[in-house]
Amino acid sequence: MRRFIPIIIFAIIGLAFAFGLTRDPRKLDAVLIQTPFPQFSLQSLEDPSARMTEQTLQGQVSMINIFGSWCVACNVEHPVLMDIAAREDIKLIGMNWRDERAQGQVWLAKHGNPYTEIIFDPESLLAVKLGVVGAPETFITDKTGIIRYKHIGPISPEDWTQTLKPVILELRAE
Amino acid sequence: MIAEIGHFALILALFVAMSQAVIPAIGTRKDSPVLMNFGRRAAVVQCALLGFAFFTLTLVFVGSDFSVKLAASHSHSAKPLLYKISGVWGNHEGSILLWTVMIGIYSAVFACSKQDLPDKLRALTLACQGGLSTGFIAFILFTSNPFERLFPTPIDGNGLNPVLQDPGLAIHPPMLYLGYVGFSIAFSMAVAALILGKVDKDWAKWLRPWTMAAWSFLTLGIMLGSLWAYYELGWGGWWVWDPVENVSFMPWLLGTALIHSIMVLDRKTNLAHWTVLLAISTFSMSLIGTFVVRSGILVSVHAFAVDPARGVFILALLVAATGGALTLYALRAKTLFVPAEFERISKDGGLVLNNMLLATATFTVFLGTFYPLFIDAVKGSQISVGAPYFEATFAPIMTVLIIFMGAAPLLKWRKSNLSDLKVLRPSLILITLGIVTATVIFKTHIFAFTGLGLALYLALSSIIAIGRRTQWTAKLLAKQSVRYWGFFIAHMGVAILTTGVVSMSSWSHEAIGRLKPGDTLTNSGYEFTLQNPSTGRRENYEYLGANIRVTRAGKPVKTLYTEQRFYPVRDMVTTEAGFDFTPAVTIFAAIGEGNNDDGYIIRANYQPLVTWIWFGAFLMSMAGFISLFGGIKTADRQKGRA
Repeated sequence: MRRFIPIIIFAIIGLAFAFGLTRDPRKLDAVLIQTPFPQFSLQSLEDPSARMTEQTLQGQVSMINIFGSWCVACNVEHPVLMDIAAREDIKLIGMNWRDERAQGQVWLAKHGNPYTEIIFDPESLLAVKLGVVGAPETFITDKTGIIRYKHIGPISPEDWTQTLKPVILELRAE
Repeated sequence: MIAEIGHFALILALFVAMSQAVIPAIGTRKDSPVLMNFGRRAAVVQCALLGFAFFTLTLVFVGSDFSVKLAASHSHSAKPLLYKISGVWGNHEGSILLWTVMIGIYSAVFACSKQDLPDKLRALTLACQGGLSTGFIAFILFTSNPFERLFPTPIDGNGLNPVLQDPGLAIHPPMLYLGYVGFSIAFSMAVAALILGKVDKDWAKWLRPWTMAAWSFLTLGIMLGSLWAYYELGWGGWWVWDPVENVSFMPWLLGTALIHSIMVLDRKTNLAHWTVLLAISTFSMSLIGTFVVRSGILVSVHAFAVDPARGVFILALLVAATGGALTLYALRAKTLFVPAEFERISKDGGLVLNNMLLATATFTVFLGTFYPLFIDAVKGSQISVGAPYFEATFAPIMTVLIIFMGAAPLLKWRKSNLSDLKVLRPSLILITLGIVTATVIFKTHIFAFTGLGLALYLALSSIIAIGRRTQWTAKLLAKQSVRYWGFFIAHMGVAILTTGVVSMSSWSHEAIGRLKPGDTLTNSGYEFTLQNPSTGRRENYEYLGANIRVTRAGKPVKTLYTEQRFYPVRDMVTTEAGFDFTPAVTIFAAIGEGNNDDGYIIRANYQPLVTWIWFGAFLMSMAGFISLFGGIKTADRQKGRA
């Protein structure tokens, strides 16, 4: 029976690959949906003396975007965010993740800053609570600060018009 | 029009490949020399058609014909000519076409080679190659057509990712593919040998040059890739255990094992099963590599576009090729020879151990690369495995491997005993003393000194091996076969590479600071001074450049020029670091954002012996080529005599 061992091992690997293909990394089920945005107290990227907490998100629908100057895909996403910030009235909170303050600031100075406010999370304190797997990721919270939607990967103009914007409008109407 | 002609050539190539897969196989069954010979002609025609299709795509890129979608999304009229050409394979469709062209080239070279193969073995190998070609050409035509038109035609192209605009990219993928695809011949010959039920000394001899060629190209390709990532991405890392790097490393490890197991099979009919399985799995690893990179199944720096249709197609190809070959193995394994006995302490034994260690190393890398995927499959949670895992698991395996690499060449074939290793005693004592003394004096870096000691041990034992064989005389040295020199150079390459890796991981340093013009940053005894930063515009980018004057204890070393480039077409920024490569120490500096008032972010790196890593890898690949061409020449001479 030893001669069947190679084909059996290969079959297992093949099944795992086939399974891998069915998982679209953009459609991970977010465990945190319908739960309150985790508590945190972190510095603002621009001003080290300013503290930001989950209170920032209370009172209106917010979109929280995770980015870093090291993140290649964020370069792709950035023009879309700039466009959204210029055209729409929306509370867009940035979360600068696993970055160095100077580099994050420099990156925004170069590419433009679409964010209303920016949370600085170099040690992944908030990212771990949020279950962030990679940048960019985007969360939408409702008026009471409960997470209602999660988007993984760069936001394309189609993602915005077809998915994210309708979600925001719906939450605003609640 | 030219794009349609190329597309048509590709369709014709598909039909030729299909007939190449079927007709020689029928010929083998019917014992018809005419049908068997058809495979040789089909392979040449197919290669010409594929080459022509590739040529037309190159013309599209060079002529900036943006009505072809691929050129529009990956090229730009303002791009230098070299990058217009390398842009052909700097994208998914083009690189798969290049891969397929390589299969065509290998098949054609195999078809035309003067190797004294039995007709049936040649016919079946070509049929199998034809099957592989069919799969890949169909993949191109049905999921990744490079000749697709775009309407309306854009005024200009999207540009090539600036990171890829580098001479390194022009040459790295073709080399890598020559390696990946070269193993297809080993795969096809294994399949043919299983069908014919004849895996023996002769088969090993025929298999050897193809495996050696593929291995040498792969070594060169990986080395160039590492060098390219090092100076273009400017991370100062020569290897980061990224999934895409790992999938090129796994066929290399298995290919290395294959070369060594062929050596055993070449002498006796040992290791027949093992060699066949290695030939199949080495090429399967190349296919898996393609699958991983092209399906986006693993999230990595290299891939953020996911296309499930392509993934499904390549997975189907993988299942058909590897699954088919392994099923064939399961059915035909009984016809293979039962291994002859050999002593555990012998060169054969050493080579078997070498094979087991290389297979374990491959498994380790495989596990680390795909573990996240398996965990996701079983538990539904996402994790990532980083460099610490690979360093912790890989280093011990390599340590044991190097110990055997030093000892095995000193043993005799078939039967040997430990007294053959006595010659190593003085060097071992000296090296151990050296490690202990260095650790006592410096009180740190015991692992680093052990690593350097291992490298020295490997170099010395290789020299002793060749010395004992030639009885330390120049006359006998000149008489050594080219293959023996291949062994010597390759093993010295490993020793040099190990020295580089150990020094880099223990003694390299990085310093980062914000400098105003005239300010100085110090790193490992070198002073880096920022001089006259300036901005400007060139061909297809804007830049911020500066000179960094480097001195050591006040004495000038070199002035490095570094710049940051902004590519408006792609809205991307790249950093070009300034390097000073020397055999002993490499220093480099890179400029980041800033202005004259607040200063600029400057990164200064000190990396001892990093060049040894590439030099060692380069030696290994050259050793492969030397032993390959030397082997072919010797074979010709012997044929002439006979």
